[in-house]
Amino acid sequence: MTERWNLRESYTYDRNVIAEIQRAANTGIYRIRGWGAKRELPTLDDLVVLGASMSRYPLEGYREACGTDVVIGAETSERPVQLDIPVTIAGMSFGSLSAQAKESLGRGANAAGTSTTTGDGGMTPEERGHSKTLVYQYLPSRYGMNPNDLRKADAIEVVVGQGAKPGGGGMLMGQKINQRVAEMRTLPEGIDQRSACRHPDWTGPDDLEIKIIELREITDHQVPVYVKVGAARPYYDTALAVKAGADAVVVDGMQGGTAATQDVFIEHVGIPTIAAIPESVRALQELGVHRGSVKLIAAGGMRSGADVAKSLALGADAVSIGTAALIAIGDNDPAYEDDYRALGSSAGYWDDFQAGNDPAGITTQDPELASRLDPEIGGRRLANYLRVLTQETQIIARACGKSHVHNLEPEDLAALTVEAAAMAKVPLAGTTWIPGVS
Amino acid sequence: MTTFDLASTTLRELNSALHAASDGTFTIVNPQGAHAVAAGIDSPIDVTVRGSVGYYCAGMHQQGTVRIEGNASTGLAENMMSGRVHITGNATMSAGATAHGGLLVIEGNAGSRCGISMKGVDIVVGGNVGHMSGFMAQAGNLVVLGDAAGDLGDSIYEAEIFVRGSVESLGADCIEKDVEAEHLATLERLIGESGLDADPAEFRRYGSARTLYNFAVDDIDAELAAAGGAS
Ligand SMILES: Cc1cc2nc3c(=O)[nH]c(=O)nc-3n(C[C@H](O)[C@H](O)[C@H](O)COP(=O)(O)O)c2cc1C
Repeated sequence: MTERWNLRESYTYDRNVIAEIQRAANTGIYRIRGWGAKRELPTLDDLVVLGASMSRYPLEGYREACGTDVVIGAETSERPVQLDIPVTIAGMSFGSLSAQAKESLGRGANAAGTSTTTGDGGMTPEERGHSKTLVYQYLPSRYGMNPNDLRKADAIEVVVGQGAKPGGGGMLMGQKINQRVAEMRTLPEGIDQRSACRHPDWTGPDDLEIKIIELREITDHQVPVYVKVGAARPYYDTALAVKAGADAVVVDGMQGGTAATQDVFIEHVGIPTIAAIPESVRALQELGVHRGSVKLIAAGGMRSGADVAKSLALGADAVSIGTAALIAIGDNDPAYEDDYRALGSSAGYWDDFQAGNDPAGITTQDPELASRLDPEIGGRRLANYLRVLTQETQIIARACGKSHVHNLEPEDLAALTVEAAAMAKVPLAGTTWIPGVS
Repeated sequence: MTTFDLASTTLRELNSALHAASDGTFTIVNPQGAHAVAAGIDSPIDVTVRGSVGYYCAGMHQQGTVRIEGNASTGLAENMMSGRVHITGNATMSAGATAHGGLLVIEGNAGSRCGISMKGVDIVVGGNVGHMSGFMAQAGNLVVLGDAAGDLGDSIYEAEIFVRGSVESLGADCIEKDVEAEHLATLERLIGESGLDADPAEFRRYGSARTLYNFAVDDIDAELAAAGGAS
């Protein structure tokens, strides 16, 4: 555009805004898409880590031990979840993902010593087979919900909400409801599935407490129970989840990915991850369970070991990844640029997870497209990525002098913006100022 | 026959004994409104509960029979898969929620959301059902010998609802449908299995109009392009 300097794009009505108004006017239906929030938000990049200095000793980066293990449910369960690394694979259903994608996630997680999670559609025998540690989601829709699968799980995750849509139910568009997916969910083939947003048989924290007792009774107290919430009121939600008896609280910030959600929901509902973690931690601390009997798993926009380390420093015990795991196994691969172009998109932009025509064979039920993804290679890529996340987390932890990544603490952080300082409750860099606190 | 007295036995002891059993007859006395009584059974055992129970009695039930001589609170037989759950009294909210199979018989009334998201179970209610019963019901049959409160079958999928008495109002996308011979046969069978008494000919049938199954999408550009006009 440099040759036409007289043109000025409106800040209020930029090209994205104009395109969306035109799209809405043409179709009469709100935009539904995958991925997570795309607009600029406060993120963990707005924090920096304070390495060791005169008053703190660093650990030798390549030599000294820096533990990364996480145990969940040690006090309540016969079989606690034992993770080697503080990064888990988030719940993504077979249906939203191809069988090959699920297998890749299972293989990668196994190799790296962590867990995978089912999703809004039940457990497939393949994913059980390919995942050493599998968390079974208990969702409002209860699609495919079955006590035999429940007993095969290594943990149960009661999903109250997810970051991309706190207060909203799942969606799976007709293109992806083939015969197998339809049968697993007891739905007619080809319908645009909109799952329930509320659980059918409990309505509040007191009920949830009884529901968790029931789940533990049915599984003979073998495995831990998590509660997952979309970040909206994380302080209260975390406190209520603890009261209800959860072994772990999963807090998913508004950046969190989704397979299919209304764009207006993705971009405008919920609070960012950086703001959510400290609020959840505050609730856990007040109840005396932080870094103790109840673990905090933070999710939503986790991309690098820096994000993991900062999340742990803020007080999370582990993080969970969705979008980054899909990218690791091949999502938005420039090798498929021609295919993305044909779909009106481009590698690096493609977010139509709902459409079922994923060139990389991940968010699809089309056998031909899905066969493009080799689960063994996908699994290796994910394992490599998980190793890098873990190593990066350790690099930062050692630089702060920590012999376990859980020894990272807010004191190791400073904020680059006033907003981040206020949300994360760490001082603005170069000052002792925490807005609202000091 | 083995008897468990919940005044002196813990819920954990009770349920682990029921889970360990592969056959036999069990009686539970003094349930005192306990939650999750006889939840997670998965063998052809026969259980009778003498008294009223709390939430999620016979939750996720499989194979065997649970008979409750009393009333039940929320989520009776939620997500049951097979077998039979039979209550002589009333059940409050969400009885038979998301249940995939088997037969649930409620001799008295059921509260709101009876059969919510049901996925293949058969439910026979001797009395009335509360509002939003059959909400998002996916498969199976809900047979109501009494009346149904408002918003019956809201957003229903392929489940069938039969009501003998009055229906206060139908929920979104739920319509009345003709009763054919096959439906009379279903009613005959389910009423017979339930042990209740009613004439199949007196029931009306409700199900999905299927207008909510897919998003309604206009496509003005495509229409103009097809018509050869400018877009
Ligand atoms: C393709 C896809 C499918 C998902 N399906 C589910 C689901 O079934 N249940 C759920 O609780 N969350 C689901 N999520 C959300 C993830 O579990 C997780 O909260 C989110 O991806 C974390 O944010 P991130 O993508 O930025 O890592 C899904 C996300 C994606 C990308």
